[in-house]
Amino acid sequence: MAKEIFGKKLKVVNIGVQTFYETLKQQGVEVVHVDWIPPAGGDVRLARLLKKLV
Amino acid sequence: MIEKGIVRKNEYHDSIVLMQISERIQRMEGVEKAAVVMATDNNKKLLENIDLLTDDVKGASPNDLVITISARDEKILSEAISKIDELLKKRVQVIAEMAAPKSLDSALEALSDANLVVVSVPGQFAGLEAKKALERNLNVFLFSDNVPLEDEIELKNLAIEKGLLLMGPDAGTAIINGVGLGFANVVNKGPIGVVGAAGTGIQEVTSIISKKLGISQAIGTGGRDLHERVGGIMMIEGIKALDDDKETKVIVVIAKSPTPKVQEKMLEVIKNCKKPVVVDFVGADVSAIGEVGVVPALTLEDAALKAIALAKGEELREVTFTATWDEIVSTAHVEYQKFISSQKYVRGLFSGGTFCNEAMLIMSRWLGKIYSNISAKPELKLDDPHLSREHTCVDMGADEFTVGRPHPMIDLSLRQLRLLKEARDPETAVIMLDIVLGYGAHQDPAGGLAPTIAEAKSIAQKEGRYLSVVASVCGTLGDSQNLEVQKKKLKEVGVIVMPSNAQAARIAALIVIRGQAKIKGD
Repeated sequence: MAKEIFGKKLKVVNIGVQTFYETLKQQGVEVVHVDWIPPAGGDVRLARLLKKLV
Repeated sequence: MIEKGIVRKNEYHDSIVLMQISERIQRMEGVEKAAVVMATDNNKKLLENIDLLTDDVKGASPNDLVITISARDEKILSEAISKIDELLKKRVQVIAEMAAPKSLDSALEALSDANLVVVSVPGQFAGLEAKKALERNLNVFLFSDNVPLEDEIELKNLAIEKGLLLMGPDAGTAIINGVGLGFANVVNKGPIGVVGAAGTGIQEVTSIISKKLGISQAIGTGGRDLHERVGGIMMIEGIKALDDDKETKVIVVIAKSPTPKVQEKMLEVIKNCKKPVVVDFVGADVSAIGEVGVVPALTLEDAALKAIALAKGEELREVTFTATWDEIVSTAHVEYQKFISSQKYVRGLFSGGTFCNEAMLIMSRWLGKIYSNISAKPELKLDDPHLSREHTCVDMGADEFTVGRPHPMIDLSLRQLRLLKEARDPETAVIMLDIVLGYGAHQDPAGGLAPTIAEAKSIAQKEGRYLSVVASVCGTLGDSQNLEVQKKKLKEVGVIVMPSNAQAARIAALIVIRGQAKIKGD
């Protein structure tokens, strides 16, 4: 059930906006930032297809 | 003016970084318009709306960076482009120094016991990233918008199947185990759990509760969770999770008025909760909510106060104004007695969509028609969101205002310009504002707006009018901007600062109608 996370220490992976990484750091949360770039040259359909193949 | 559109193939930067750069370029002398954005379909549409979609840019793909500028001459144009290059280079250096991993899987090598993923990449890719996280048994806070509805349904069903939380898409805020995600306020821990499909709505409710008690968890479901096809999947899951949570004693549910079918489904779930549930379906028929034994709330503030009373075992009462009626009448009188006869209208300039909606609902009772860029009634929709008409409330966080620039909670410039524009309108009587504090928001919004408010008042004064400005500040003493400091800065420039958005809307209406009604209870 979704409440499994309640009461546990949050450990976060941040994918996207760097500000959110910084505000989590400020709160003393263990967080790793991902230097994300669009997959498969920005082609969403191709990315989905590749994901299926993998 | 000359225009230029540049496409940089396969160059990606995050949206907030790009917005900050766009904003700096827009402020350069001689630059008329500028946007530095990823060429997503949505951004291209928005560029078209502000006449910046040049032919070069039309063919760009979503992973191409696009720079579009309209400037006075070639020299300014080239200076602007150099500045953009310099700022982008700086950002690339920062990321390189962090040695950040390139994917979720490599991040999980560094943090193998991660339990939550925050996703804020462009909408068309966000679903894929969220799905990857769910498949790896990780909870997700999905800030991105523009995620297709089908993807949202698929992701939410997958999350339920795996017993995970999927907050979003378009989740503005959440507080999980005391940690603020997205735009959240620093609140006390306590016995009240919140589930909401409205970002600033959750911020208002949690901030008010934090003054007296505290928050166990606040789960943002994303605005579309109560869409007929999504059917409130995550809201139902959130309510059940809070009902089972031993730290939570009272539950607050907030959403924009759902369709009757979804509302019925939600009320059925709420009715079966072991704990008291306060419901604010903004704009919904309260009697229907009360009939099933649930505690209906009239406003966000009302929801917060009722939840506090229930948690403390106190009697429920509705607060129209925190101050006495005599004090309110006297404050309003001081304002409207200085108006001249041409001043007839309220102009609400909001950074929070939920605040805009709530203010319209409250004020329309006394003011009648209120025009808006987000009005659900087609006849009250503004033809041009940049141009007010009679009574108007504008959600300045809506897409049409935020292309290539940060949200008004981060960047004050658009609201400052609009404030001055409204001040010049001889028909404006009252300007209503919301000031939102917390993580991610502007570091000193009241300090930034105060000189503009003073200038707006002085513009009106020079033309023989008095401009009344009413505001509420959403935030806490724990926020880095500090609630009291922010309120003081507004009061110093003559703003009437009210304890909530609802109270601000009521006094704004009372001032506009020159005290000709008793606003005691809704």
